[in-house]
Formats: sequence, structure tokens, C-alpha cells
Amino acid sequence: MEAGHCRGCGRRLTECPGCARPLDPPRYCQACGQRLTVAVTPTGWTARCRQHGVERSDGPDDR
Amino acid sequence: MHGEAPTGATRAVRLTTKGPARREHAPVRREDRALVEAAAGALLDEGRPLSGDELTALAALPDGAVVALAALAHEVRLDRLGPAVEVEGILSAKTGGCPEDCHFCAQSSRFATPVKATPFLDTEAVLSAARETAALGASEFCLVLAVRGPDERILGRLLELVPIVRQATGLNVAVSAGILTDDQARRLAEGGVHRYNHNLETARSFFPEVVTTHTWEERAETCRLVRRHGMELCCGALLGMGESAAQRIELLLELRELDPTEVPVNFLNPRPGTPLGDRPVVSAWEALRWIALFRLALPDVILRYAGGREVTLRDLQAMGMTAGINALIVGNYLTTLGRAPAQDLEMLEDLHMPVGALSSAF
Repeated sequence: MEAGHCRGCGRRLTECPGCARPLDPPRYCQACGQRLTVAVTPTGWTARCRQHGVERSDGPDDR
Repeated sequence: MHGEAPTGATRAVRLTTKGPARREHAPVRREDRALVEAAAGALLDEGRPLSGDELTALAALPDGAVVALAALAHEVRLDRLGPAVEVEGILSAKTGGCPEDCHFCAQSSRFATPVKATPFLDTEAVLSAARETAALGASEFCLVLAVRGPDERILGRLLELVPIVRQATGLNVAVSAGILTDDQARRLAEGGVHRYNHNLETARSFFPEVVTTHTWEERAETCRLVRRHGMELCCGALLGMGESAAQRIELLLELRELDPTEVPVNFLNPRPGTPLGDRPVVSAWEALRWIALFRLALPDVILRYAGGREVTLRDLQAMGMTAGINALIVGNYLTTLGRAPAQDLEMLEDLHMPVGALSSAF
């Protein structure tokens, strides 16, 4: 997956080198910059991009 | 960080900090000690609650007296509730898209925040989160929904889920679904909801500064309904939104009147895109002072560490556990992450505080 977008605000990394805070799950897809559908559970999170699939806190799981 | 280098070998190195001047610990004066001793007498010997004036005086103590304040709060907690710590997991079962305008919340549809609205999670996802919680040794699991109040469909889902979660995990199930009608409160109570969360968040006098789509009184009324129908009331605070010390005392007295079983203490973790997104976080030492004051004002409640503690207290989190806290949310929060549950469980072990269920129903 190309790391082209900030996971905190979705802008290109050339515009934002990364504003995500340490205790925030990813909110934007690093490949396309689209806003993610995020579910936070007591011990993890899942983040779903319409184009690039699901990522989980314990590792990528692109489907 | 170190400031300018000393110019001579015998000159002391001055430590400086950037930004606004910070308060320093001044020696504790005799009259400060006397205030804390008087509070100890009231709470531990006379068994009477502290007055608003007494709390106001304690809130104004210098930084150097915060340790004494915390020590008293710890003693009161042990005296009233013992050493056990209640552990809870929470789950945002329906995230974002909330019509309300709570200025601190990333889930309001009125603000451009990165949180994307998602529908009610399916039963398997909720059960999976509850099992995660149970595996951590928790006794409480709270289903939280970003809504003004539950509509019939949401209420039906909650009534379906509560017994399923309870039966599958053995956890007490709490719910947080906004403003309730009398009938909704009755149905949730009859449906097995053990505790209902509805925070006041802040004092009545400050509330209109941070929420305009509903009133403080509407919140208080839901809290009263919860108790009237026999659920335990979980009613918390969010500190650091710009309220004054006097308004925090006002809130404590308002909470006391509602008589909650549990009071979660949140500290503002400023969320990008919200009206409070640029506010500074409460300083760690100030947070400890107010944790202790919450315990002294509300000696019998389950006082829970909730959102914002990681960014506010940082390395001082264990000190909160000896300043009156006797419960914590373990793991992640609704839209943000917490520290690893293993760190919290290790902290409790180090503090010789066993994990246990605390409840007015027990």
C-alpha cells in the first residue's frame, strides 16, 4: 500500500507529514486519503476503506 | 529542559520551561494543613459531607498541599469503599452522526471532524467486544450510542442485546444512549440494564457554553428517571472545557444532589474539528487536585478514571489511584485509544489494589 496520505487528516504527505495523534486510530486511508469507517473496541480497532479494504490494529488485513 | 548554561562553576543550573509561567510548589502553611485536617475530621470522624465553602477552600490550596489532599482522599476511599478497583470496558455501538452540538465531542454531525458515522454494530461485533472486556477481568461493559436519545428501533436493539451480552459473558451491562423518557427508562430497567450512564459533564451555569441543543435540566431529569426506575446512575464530569474552579464546585454539589452510584471523571482530550479542539489540556497536577476533591465531595461513589487520563496525567496516572479513584475504563475509549490494558492491570497489582465489582446493588 502506497503511503501517500496522512492518516490523521487525509491530506497528501507532501502537505501534511502526519498529524495523527499517538492515541488516535487511523481516520483516513494512507493510500487514497478517503475517510475510513472506524470501529474502536476495548482492545483494538478496525478501519475500512471502500477502495482498499480493512486494516486491523493487530496488522493489515486487506480484503 | 535546561535553560541557559551556568557561567561559573559554583552557579546553580536554572531549570526553565517554555511557554507560560508555571506554578511551583510553595511550602505548605500551617493554615493549609489545618484545612485538610478539618476535612479529615468531617469525613472520617464526624461522618458529615463537606460544605461548598469547605470544598472551595480546599480547591484553593497551594500545589504543595495537593499530596496531603490526595492522601486524605485515598483514606476516605479506603474507609468507605475498600481497596477494590472496578474495571469496565466501553464500546461505541453506534458512532458519529449525533444531532447534538456538545462542543467537546468528535461524534457531533455539526462539526467537521474525522470521525465517520457508522450504524449500530451487529450482535456478533458487540459480543466480540464484550468478550474482550470480560477477558481483561472487567465486571462492567457499557454500550454507548451517539444519539440525542434512543428511538424505538435503537431501544429495541438495546433490549435485545443486553440479555445476550449478560448471558454470554456474565458482565453487568450498562447503557449510555442519551436523554430518556420515563417509559424508556422503565423499559431499560426492566430489560436488565444494570447501570445507565448520562453525564452532567459540567456545572449548570457553564453548560450553555458547551451545549446548545439540549439543556442541563434535560440531562438532570434523565438522571432522576434512571434512579426512579431502579437502575444505578452513572453520571460523570468532563473537566478542562474552560469552566472555573467555582463551577467545578458547583458541579460537585449538583452531582451530590443526583446521588449517582458512579462518577466517571473525564479530562478534555481536545478533538480536531470541534469548537474545543484548540483548548489546552488540564495539567497533571491540577487533575490530581480535582480527583481528590471529587472523592472528598462524593465519598461514597465509584469514582472512575475515564477519557483523557492518558494525555492529561501521563506518568502520574498511578497517583490518581491513590487520590480517590477506585474504578477505571480499561483499554480503548469510544473514538480514541487508551493505553494497553496490561499496563493498567500491572499498575493495580503494583498498588496492591485488587480488581473487583463495586455496586450499590451488591
